[in-house]
Amino acid sequence: MATETTTRAKLRWGLLDVIVVVFALIPVLWIASLSFKTPATLTDGKFWPREWTLDNYRTIFDTDQFVRALANSIGIALIATLIAVVLGAMAAYAISRLDFPGKKLLVGVSLLIAMFPQVSLVSPLFEIERQLGLFDTWPGLILPYITFALPLAIYTLSAFFKQIPWDLEKAAKMDGATQGQAFRRVIAPLAAPGLFTTAILVFIFCWNDFLFAISLTSTERSRTVPVALSFFTGESQFEDPIGAICAAAVVITIPIILFVLFFQRRIVSGLTSGAVKG
Amino acid sequence: MADIVLDKVSKKFPDGTVAVQDVDLEIADGEFVILVGPSGCGKSTTLNMIAGLEDISSGELRIAGQRVNDKAPRDRDIAMVFQSYALYPNMTVRENMAFPLRLAKLDRATIDAKVDEAAKVLELTPLLDRKPANLSGGQRQRVAMGRAIVRQPKAFLMDEPLSNLDAKLRVQMRTVVSRLQKQLGTTTVYVTHDQTEAMTLGDRVVIMRGGAVQQVGPPQELYDHPRNLFVAGFIGSPSMNFLHAAVSEGRLRTALGDVAIGDRLRRQIEGADAPRELILGIRPEHFEDAELIDEETRRRGMEFDAPVDIVESMGSDKYVYFTVEGERATAAELEELAADAGAADFAGAGSSLVTRLSAESAVREGENRRVWFNLDKIHLFDPSTGRNLTLHEGRAAGALAD
Ligand SMILES: Nc1ncnc2c1ncn2[C@@H]1O[C@H](COP(=O)(O)OP(=O)(O)OP(=O)(O)O)[C@@H](O)[C@H]1O
Ligand SMILES: [Mg+2]
Repeated sequence: MATETTTRAKLRWGLLDVIVVVFALIPVLWIASLSFKTPATLTDGKFWPREWTLDNYRTIFDTDQFVRALANSIGIALIATLIAVVLGAMAAYAISRLDFPGKKLLVGVSLLIAMFPQVSLVSPLFEIERQLGLFDTWPGLILPYITFALPLAIYTLSAFFKQIPWDLEKAAKMDGATQGQAFRRVIAPLAAPGLFTTAILVFIFCWNDFLFAISLTSTERSRTVPVALSFFTGESQFEDPIGAICAAAVVITIPIILFVLFFQRRIVSGLTSGAVKG
Repeated sequence: MADIVLDKVSKKFPDGTVAVQDVDLEIADGEFVILVGPSGCGKSTTLNMIAGLEDISSGELRIAGQRVNDKAPRDRDIAMVFQSYALYPNMTVRENMAFPLRLAKLDRATIDAKVDEAAKVLELTPLLDRKPANLSGGQRQRVAMGRAIVRQPKAFLMDEPLSNLDAKLRVQMRTVVSRLQKQLGTTTVYVTHDQTEAMTLGDRVVIMRGGAVQQVGPPQELYDHPRNLFVAGFIGSPSMNFLHAAVSEGRLRTALGDVAIGDRLRRQIEGADAPRELILGIRPEHFEDAELIDEETRRRGMEFDAPVDIVESMGSDKYVYFTVEGERATAAELEELAADAGAADFAGAGSSLVTRLSAESAVREGENRRVWFNLDKIHLFDPSTGRNLTLHEGRAAGALAD
């Protein structure tokens, strides 16, 4: 009896899971399928390509535009993520541990930044960056990315820091650690899952941004992939770039997947278990 | 190893809470001192100030003769065991215990030797490569102790280290702590809630209430000669019985009958501003079944009749609960004690009397029984100040003393 119901329940849940996964993945698979089609069969409406080709991939990697953009994207997103996570960790640590004057203000302001419509900042930023010579440079994108990623980083990280028992830090201090050593050797290793989660979120945010990237760049010097995609044309003016765009779209999801997979293995839960009783 | 001196140490938190007030305490080198008191009385705050985890608002703290108010915890060379154990979950038992030594930059061989030695003392050797998550509560507790003893600090601080263990393990660990402290001879300050720990472990006990020290002394002295109502009610289990006592014509009218008082006490309570109402305190073991008393003893006490509520036979003796008529004793201290113990555990101020009679007593539930109590052992307290009026030069002298 019991086993029967559990098998049935398993089946029902399995079916539900499959539906959800398929629903979420169909657009992605469709793009992948398009990227393998030849120009002639591109619009045939078939899900499974009738003629497989890697031409689209060859095209995008032949053009310097895409490769440059990919390098820009990776560089800018990694640097912005690194800085945002380090700064965010310090701010979040202070917020979760200390009672300092202006704490509420800091939290409020970072909330405000997170809610601020980015589109209204684009023109002022454009003017400012041109005056400062940051326009169309890596720092020109990294700076606004950090600004908008920080609230996110601070929020996720302070939630993680709050979970770490404060006694551990006191214990470290009693054991002879300085404040810095207590943070580096005791708190940071325990906050690692939080750091990685935040890093993933920030990286995805930077990687996917289109608005700032299109407004604050003008050449291949600092153009990132999402923008480069929109500038895609075919080999000739008359060629449909859809296949190439799809191929590029597939390529640019790969770093994200790698990034997530790489860090996900580090996001093991229960890192703090056994630290304190209760 | 060192002595610790607290000189008028106070702590005021930024929100205005005064957690510790003018605490004076001298802890000798190698002494085992217990801080005890109800929840929120400032025990942990005092300990944290000694540790350096909390700033001292005023007063001076000296360790080994040196003022350490402004020193960071790491420069005070003190080890602490936390109630929560606070083990580093990402490190193995060995790494946990080696952590303070690694921070002190000792070389590998020395670290290993010291950790192995501490592990042997605490019987942790087979567990050295485990993570804290895979240890039992008692084992975690021992690792926490191990981390404290490896580096041979000047003093140990322990904040309710055993309160997370179950009753049986607590008794076991109590002896471990006691043996360890004797063996190492390190000055130890130990905070606890549990008065059994307070009575059994320490050389001296410090009773705190509302941030202030009430009395300091060896456990037996606090038990026999409590300076005030609070100490009297806090120490002892079951706690002291408290009865309302009205002063009239040189006698005390109580629910147990009129109590005659000696000359010294009479002088005290006949002054113009002397209280007209007192609180009489008497411990359960100072009662006895009137049938079992010889004449010699009988003269030192008084007898009364009361209905028996409950008889709990403990084998060695009997706890007998009586109902007594009359006004309840009221004082701020008694309410505080009742709140801390939970009303059920603190029968002291109620209309029920707890007595400990000898096992031979034929007392039965429901009957009326004649009970004797020892007048040499009663305490009288001023309800407004809580002061013990029977105390003379630090010794309790009972009601009859001349
Ligand atoms: N950071 C703080 N800010 C304000 N008040 C505080 C702070 N920490 C503690 N207190 C107050 O100081 C008083 C003493 O606290 P403490 O932790 O020393 O009590 P305790 O005797 O250790 O109690 P317990 O037995 O419950 O552990 C309490 O009234 C508490 O509310
Ligand atoms: Mg406490």
